[in-house]
Amino acid sequence: MELFWYIVLMTMLTIYVILDGYDFGAGIIHLFFAKKEKDKKAITNAIGPFWDANEVWLIAAGGVLFFAFPTLYASSFSGFYLPLIMILWLLIFRAIGLELRGQVHNKMWEAIWDKAFGMASLLLALFFGIALGNVVRGVNLGMVTNGVSTQEAHYFFLPLWNSTFSPQAEHLGIIDWFTILLGVIGVVSLTIHGANWIIFKTNSDLNSKLKKVIFSLNFLLLGLVIISLFIWHIIEPQPFHNFLNRPWLFIFPIITFTGLFGLFKVKSFKKDGSGFLFSSLFLFGGLTSTVASIFPKLLPSTNSVNPDLTVYNVAAHEYGLTVGLNWFIIAAILVVIYFVIQYKVFKGKMDDIGYGDH
Amino acid sequence: MEDMLFYDRMQFAFTITFHYLFPQLTMGLSLMIVYFKWKFLKTKIDKYNDAAKFWMKIFALNFAMGVVTGIPMEFQFGTNWAKFSELTGGIIGQTLAMEGMFSFFLESSFLGLFIFGEKLLGHKLHFVTGFLVFLGSWASGFLIIATHSWMQHPVGYEILDNGKFILNNFSALFTNEWLWPSYLHNQAASLVTSSFVVAAIGAFYLLNNKHDEYGRLFVKTGVVFGLISSLIVAFPTGDLAAKNVVKHQPVTFAAMEGIFESEEGGAEIVLIGQPNMIDKKLDNKIAVPNILSFLTYQKWDAPIKGLNEFDEKDYPTNIPGLYYAYHIMVGLGTIFIGLMLIAAVQLFRKKLYNTKWILWSLMFMLPFPYIANTTGWYTAELGRQPWLVYNLLRTADGASPTVSAGNTLFTLLGFIGLYLLLGLLFLMLVGKIINKGPELIKH
Ligand code: HDD
Ligand code: HEM
Ligand code: HEM
Repeated sequence: MELFWYIVLMTMLTIYVILDGYDFGAGIIHLFFAKKEKDKKAITNAIGPFWDANEVWLIAAGGVLFFAFPTLYASSFSGFYLPLIMILWLLIFRAIGLELRGQVHNKMWEAIWDKAFGMASLLLALFFGIALGNVVRGVNLGMVTNGVSTQEAHYFFLPLWNSTFSPQAEHLGIIDWFTILLGVIGVVSLTIHGANWIIFKTNSDLNSKLKKVIFSLNFLLLGLVIISLFIWHIIEPQPFHNFLNRPWLFIFPIITFTGLFGLFKVKSFKKDGSGFLFSSLFLFGGLTSTVASIFPKLLPSTNSVNPDLTVYNVAAHEYGLTVGLNWFIIAAILVVIYFVIQYKVFKGKMDDIGYGDH
Repeated sequence: MEDMLFYDRMQFAFTITFHYLFPQLTMGLSLMIVYFKWKFLKTKIDKYNDAAKFWMKIFALNFAMGVVTGIPMEFQFGTNWAKFSELTGGIIGQTLAMEGMFSFFLESSFLGLFIFGEKLLGHKLHFVTGFLVFLGSWASGFLIIATHSWMQHPVGYEILDNGKFILNNFSALFTNEWLWPSYLHNQAASLVTSSFVVAAIGAFYLLNNKHDEYGRLFVKTGVVFGLISSLIVAFPTGDLAAKNVVKHQPVTFAAMEGIFESEEGGAEIVLIGQPNMIDKKLDNKIAVPNILSFLTYQKWDAPIKGLNEFDEKDYPTNIPGLYYAYHIMVGLGTIFIGLMLIAAVQLFRKKLYNTKWILWSLMFMLPFPYIANTTGWYTAELGRQPWLVYNLLRTADGASPTVSAGNTLFTLLGFIGLYLLLGLLFLMLVGKIINKGPELIKH
């Protein structure tokens, strides 16, 4: 039963990253590349009717985490307290940037909310990458000092950084050079992803320029991914252990690289949706490979005193998990139906929907 | 440790109070918009459709505020109340996860369609999307109140040796005695808010001789909805909610009503008085004998337990706060019924639109349903203290063990600053929409 909920949770998080990821990416493009009013309009039209529903995947995933793995929810949310609250603030700025901009027609007002939306998107992409880095690297569970736990075995607290910025310090910070690297990968890959979405959903003048941007960023991304694999090997000596034991798992890295290499052809795609497909494959493959490599760990421990948090030691009780199945299946079917309806109604190019016109 | 708990509580109280300002309008207004749209489908008179569209503009802004302030609520269980989440997550996680899966997806998918889709969908389907948004928001309220009811009156659980609560009966969560009165009371109260808002804007237009046609429509609709919902709030739902408190939390009830000493031969109902915690009595009391016994047990002389019969360590932590919160809610509820009754009588006699003083009163009443709703929640929450889960888990044992007071204060200040900004922007933009009025919205 735990395994089932683990897969549900990971699936929901992956869907969240793919969906809200294009919103973040669109925000980053908006920040750096959209100079003309027409381009800005195109970008907000492309994500306008969707971003709210996309964000619900995060909330719902949070709900499932709470319900199925309460100990992990409690431990990680209190341990990553500061960055989580900051993510909340950024989500607020992103949302009001999008929703309020069109309410008043005034250059200064628009400029403020444009920046709020763009900067919040950029920082969110960075923070989510850093968050992934923290999970992979592990934390000092039980806050062990000199071999003694100062807290219950599954609690911890991380400051934003420590003075060394090293991922191997005894007292870690959220931000160190390893997690920053993953943050940058997050930004680059979501920028590509967002650009692909804009190409897919609009006929904006930006599109041909965006293809060039995607092409060059893709080189950067490839480089960063390779570096991060090496560094990861240093931090965690056996990161690929799971893959060697269960070779079928190699399907995930293969998907990742299919997505990555496929995008080098971005300039010659016939269909506008192809790029989006490939960047989604990259994100899907990247996340699943990462998760698969640490399985069954959910949050590794960096000390030898307290055990890792795993799928098996943080789950809720059997009865609850089993009854949860009944409502979850009904709800999941409904969610798929809503999703289909939503994308049917807003199918094709969205240049004319007039998002934010009041 | 003490500081930390204090800031945790302040942060929760501040963010939830702010959050709830928006959903209460969302839930009530969505029903009223559906009503306008339905009227339009039936009569084909354009003004109903315009009314629906006008309120949708305000609804959309209000909804966005509800969403951005709601997400921090969901996170805060883990960030600030980690111990509580760890121990009870197997139970309240159920209802909270259901809320995400059943209602938030429904609302957010169809809200986009409702707002942008009128042209694409045609009026009938547009009505359906509006109805689904309404359904989603009421489902959301239901699941939140189911969660809350479990904290007030835990059912269907078992406690393991390590202190963890586990669920052993899923359906008990929804047949909880506390749940239905509380839910219906709360939903009626949110309709009170939306009715008063609609009526107040209508009165504003009439008094300014602007958008007269809509002014009359809004006042009329607001008064009809307002009268019905104000009555339901008091009876049967408020009455039933109070009976639950007497039955399951008698010490809370004594504090709410301000009864320090048990009275044989029937308890009086206190209208006015200030709790004096030092002498353990009410100062400047004005009370009517025997009414409380009658309201509670339908017997004039039924005894009601006073605070003196309970152990002081089980007293609600803030008795004066609880007492005032309760009296403000009930007092306002009585005023609402009175005003709506008079307005309805004038409406029936076709004199309402010219009775200036009623229009003025309706306009100035606008903030009071918000106050009544907020004090209602303070009654519930202060009444539950010092418990997080009534009689089972103390608030002090639920906070996050590793988050220090300095960090909580930092985020609390951040939330205060950010929400102040949000509140100002919201008021400014809603003001702009109201000023433009329904006629200008058409183009
Ligand atoms: C417009 C708002 C409003 C008005 C006029 C009233 N209430 Fe209320 N009340 C609420 C809005 C509210 C609320 C915000 O909806 C609460 C908070 C928790 C809940 O479920 O509903 C609530 C809670 C609440 C509780 C506490 C339940 C608990 O401890 O969990 C009681 C006993 C009452 N109400 C009783 C009444 C009575 C007898 C009223 C007589 C007129 C009344 N309320 C008017
Ligand atoms: C399902 C809904 C709710 C849940 C699960 C919930 C839960 C909680 C929790 C965990 C706390 C912290 C412990 C404490 O200090 O009491 C709390 C406190 C509080 N909540 Fe709620 N709450 C809910 C709804 C609301 C609403 C809608 C309001 C107000 C509008 C509200 C007002 C408060 C206040 C004022 C406190 C602080 C009480 C105090 O400091 O003594 N709550 N609630
Ligand atoms: C501590 C308790 C609460 C939590 C965790 C919470 C959580 C949330 C979240 C995450 C959202 C955004 C949903 C979206 O993205 O669509 C939201 C909105 C909403 N909440 Fe709350 N909430 C709480 C208290 C309440 C209470 C007490 C009520 C009503 C009884 C309520 C009713 C609603 C409604 C109707 C919405 C959707 C409409 C709107 O956004 O204005 N919530 N809430």
